[in-house]
Order: sequence, then structure tokens, then C-alpha cells
Amino acid sequence: MNQDGSTSIGRRLYRWLDERYHLNDLVAFLGSKDVPITRMSFFYYFGGITLFLFFVQVVTGILLLMYYVPSADEAYESVHYIMAKVPFGWLIRSIHMWSANLMILSAMIHLVSVFYMRAYRKPRELTWISGCMMLGLLLAFGFSGYLLPWNELAFFATRIGTEVVASIPLVGDWMAYVMRGGEDVSGTTLNRFFGLHVAVLPGVAALLVAFHLIAIQRQGMSKPTEWLNKPPEQRRRMPFFPNFLLRDLLLWFVVLNFLAALAVFFPAHLGEKADPFAPAPAGIKPEWYFLAQYQVLKWLPPTIGPFDGDSVGMLVMSLGMLAVVLLPFLDRTPEGGPRRLWLDLVATLALVILIIVTVLGHVLP
Amino acid sequence: MCPERNCPNCPGEENRAESPSKRRLLNVLLGGSVLAWLGSVLYPMAAFLLPPPSPAMRERSVMVGTVNEFANNSGTLFRLGTRPGILVRTDRGEFRAFIAICTHLDCTVQFKEDESVIWCACHNGKFNLQGMNISGPPPRPLDPLEVSVRGDEVHVSLPA
Ligand code: FES
Repeated sequence: MNQDGSTSIGRRLYRWLDERYHLNDLVAFLGSKDVPITRMSFFYYFGGITLFLFFVQVVTGILLLMYYVPSADEAYESVHYIMAKVPFGWLIRSIHMWSANLMILSAMIHLVSVFYMRAYRKPRELTWISGCMMLGLLLAFGFSGYLLPWNELAFFATRIGTEVVASIPLVGDWMAYVMRGGEDVSGTTLNRFFGLHVAVLPGVAALLVAFHLIAIQRQGMSKPTEWLNKPPEQRRRMPFFPNFLLRDLLLWFVVLNFLAALAVFFPAHLGEKADPFAPAPAGIKPEWYFLAQYQVLKWLPPTIGPFDGDSVGMLVMSLGMLAVVLLPFLDRTPEGGPRRLWLDLVATLALVILIIVTVLGHVLP
Repeated sequence: MCPERNCPNCPGEENRAESPSKRRLLNVLLGGSVLAWLGSVLYPMAAFLLPPPSPAMRERSVMVGTVNEFANNSGTLFRLGTRPGILVRTDRGEFRAFIAICTHLDCTVQFKEDESVIWCACHNGKFNLQGMNISGPPPRPLDPLEVSVRGDEVHVSLPA
């Protein structure tokens, strides 16, 4: 682009910028980056899709902020107003809801595919850990955002969620008190979750996204072992810029249309306004990404030996998550090294169990 | 400038003999004041996050209704201070009352007529009409309240 073919204004502007910021280096760098082509290449797009959905969340979230009122007295009414009165309010909120769900799904697919491709191995340990942290962040976004419409389901989901936190030994009660802003879920909790959802989490997310992307640019894409095992002339690759990026953009376009279709045909619900003095509604269930934990909480006996059933369950689940986060340090084979089959077996088993429990959480009464 | 620190051949500021113990003392003082400074920045922020306990006075007793408002084998939620309570009337006409907060994870319970139990919809916990946890994950019985019938008024109060 810098050599020829562009309009003279564009060219002059480029030269002006290049003189100051040395864009040529950047363009040369992008031009030299490439993406290995393998059977699994399709899964390379899920990181980009997650990023795109994050942008969708930022834009729709800012729009919702124009009308949303974070207070126990008015939150429900303001969301109702958005859904019923504001032009396209239902669309914006439904897209925000659907995009949140798809973002979590695509982040999970991304994580699983990175695992199977062994792309977390040295030197990409921190990229993996930052990715895990971002998935945790997405769940925190989901949990905090869920309360904001201040409806019945959200109210009890938050009570349960914060009470689960309270079951952490030693610091749990204190943490739950800080999260709730008092003994019980109240308007104060709503304000806290709102601040978390629109300021704290986005700030942290921006930093982590930046780190994740810079790390990938800096280290290049991981080369799967099966690809490295091929003789050099059979290693197919694709330039990142513009080939891969254009495919990314095309896919984003498809995802946006898919989102719009979901939002139109399955718009977000609002439910009943929260009432702390009404019983928890029958059939109350969390969002799909918390269904497995929910089902486990239902199954756990009140006590396991001398301990609280919930605390033991929480501990086991936390250890599982910790193992995922620390994976690069558990499997210390460097890039291109042999696959450990037992790792595939354990992970696949865990994944299948997770899916089955999630489905059970959905179908069991 | 000679790049070497404390080079014996160069005179100058850096080479004033520093005894290791003096250096250690300075480091401790410096580190200590950095910590104290951090504490004085972080403490007010952490304290700010803890809301002062609300003076909301806890009502100790409420009149829930009159005797004939409650059918046999029924349950009614009511408000006691900041918490929900549940008043049940057994099929023999006795009244019992409990704090309506599930002992599992804090959901508000309800009366389930077909089984004559107190039921929590969140994880399918059940309590009998004595308040005992009989199935599902709740680890403890419901907290009991005292019921007194004065004339035809049903009063519920916190146990003394
Ligand atoms: S909160 Fe009542 S059973 Fe879990």
C-alpha cells in the first residue's frame, strides 16, 4: 500500500504518519506473519469471534447505558422502558444478551481448541493464563449483568451466587458482605454489580485483551505438532495480512447477522420484578454456563464427613479450574514436543462430564 | 565515567565506603515506609467498600392476620423486619412459623400443598412442618419463630 496504487491523499497521509510513527516497520511485520493451515484451522477463528462479540458488547452496552437506571426502585422499570418504548430498545438489549452468551461459548471453544492443539506450551504460558483469566472475567460479566434488570430470577441467582461465595472458608463471609454491600442482596448490591459490570470489569478486560493480542503478535501463532512433523515443503500456511484477516472480517459479518436473527426470533425476556418477600419461583435455573455448578450444588449432600457439602464441592471445582489455568506448567513439553495421550484422555473425559452435567442441569426438574 | 560501582581506583560519591549493615538498615526503613504508605492508601479504599451496619431496627413481632384467614394445610409469607417469614397451618389447624430463608443458599422458601412440606425451589430442598430439613441439600432446619394466637389475631415473634 505504501509503494503504489493508493490515491495521492491517502498516500500523503500515510507518508505523514510513517515519518512520525514508522508504519513501514509495522506493515513489514504484519506482512511476514503467517498462519499454519491444518485440519484444525477452522478453530483459529474463535479467538477473533470472541473479540468481535466483545466489541458488540461494548457498543450495545454503551447504548443501554443511555436509559438504564441502576437502582432497586427503577432498574426494572427502566429495562421495561427500553424493551417497550425506546425505538429498537428490544433489539439492542436482545443482541446484548445473545452476544454475551455466544461470546462465552466461543471463548470456551477457543480454550478447548487451544488445548487440543497444545498451543499453550512454552513459550505461550502467559498467553494461556491471560486467556483463562478473561474467561473468568466473562463469567463475572455474565453474573453481574444478570442482576441488572432486577427481576425475580436475577435476584435469587445473585442471592445463591453470593451465598456460594460465603461458603469459602475464612474469607467467604467477608467477601459476600462486600459483594452484597450488606447482609443481604439489596439495592446496594445492584449498585455494586453495576459499577463492576460497566467500569471495573471492562477496564480489566481491556488490559487483558491488549496483553493477549500483543503476546500473540510478538510470538506468532503456535505451530501444531502434526504440522511441524510434516516435511517443510508440505507445511501449508496462509499470510495473516490480508488473507486471514479478511476471512476473519467475513466471519464477523456472518456472526453479526446470526446475532440479529437470534435477537429477532428469540428476544430477551424480562420476567417479574424482584420482590425479596416473594418465594423463589418454581423452575428457577441459572444461565447455561452455570448449569453444571448448579446441578452439582443440587446433588451435593448437606455434609461430607465433617465438612459442609457446598464447601467441599466448591473446593473440588476450584481445584479443577486451577488445574486448567496452570496447565502449561503441568504439561511442560515445549512447542512441537510429543503429545501426552493421558492428558487428552483426562481432558476429554472432564469435558464430556461437564457437558453431560450441564445437560442434566437443564433437563432435570 | 567508570562503569564499575565502588571501583577501588575511582574516587567519588559512589565509593564512600558503605557498611553492609547501614545499607540494610536504609533498605528496611525505605521498604517500611513504602509499605506504610501503601497501607495508608489502600486501607481507606478497603474500608470504604464495607458499608456501615444499617440501623434498620429489627422488628421483633408482627401480626400476620386473623385465624380464619388461614386455611388448614396452607402457608403464608410475611415480613418480619428485613426478613421474610413463613406461617404454616397444618391440616390439624395448628400454626407454626419460621424464618423463610432456606438454610442451603438463602432462597426464600414456600409452602407446597400437595406434599404438605416447606419447599425451596432453588435446589429442591424440603423441610417438614417442624422445620426439619428432610430432603435435598439444606444442611440445617429452618430457624423457628414463635406463634401466639391472641383472640383471633395470629402474632409471630422472634424467639426470646
Ligand atoms: S437454596 Fe434452598 S435448596 Fe438451595
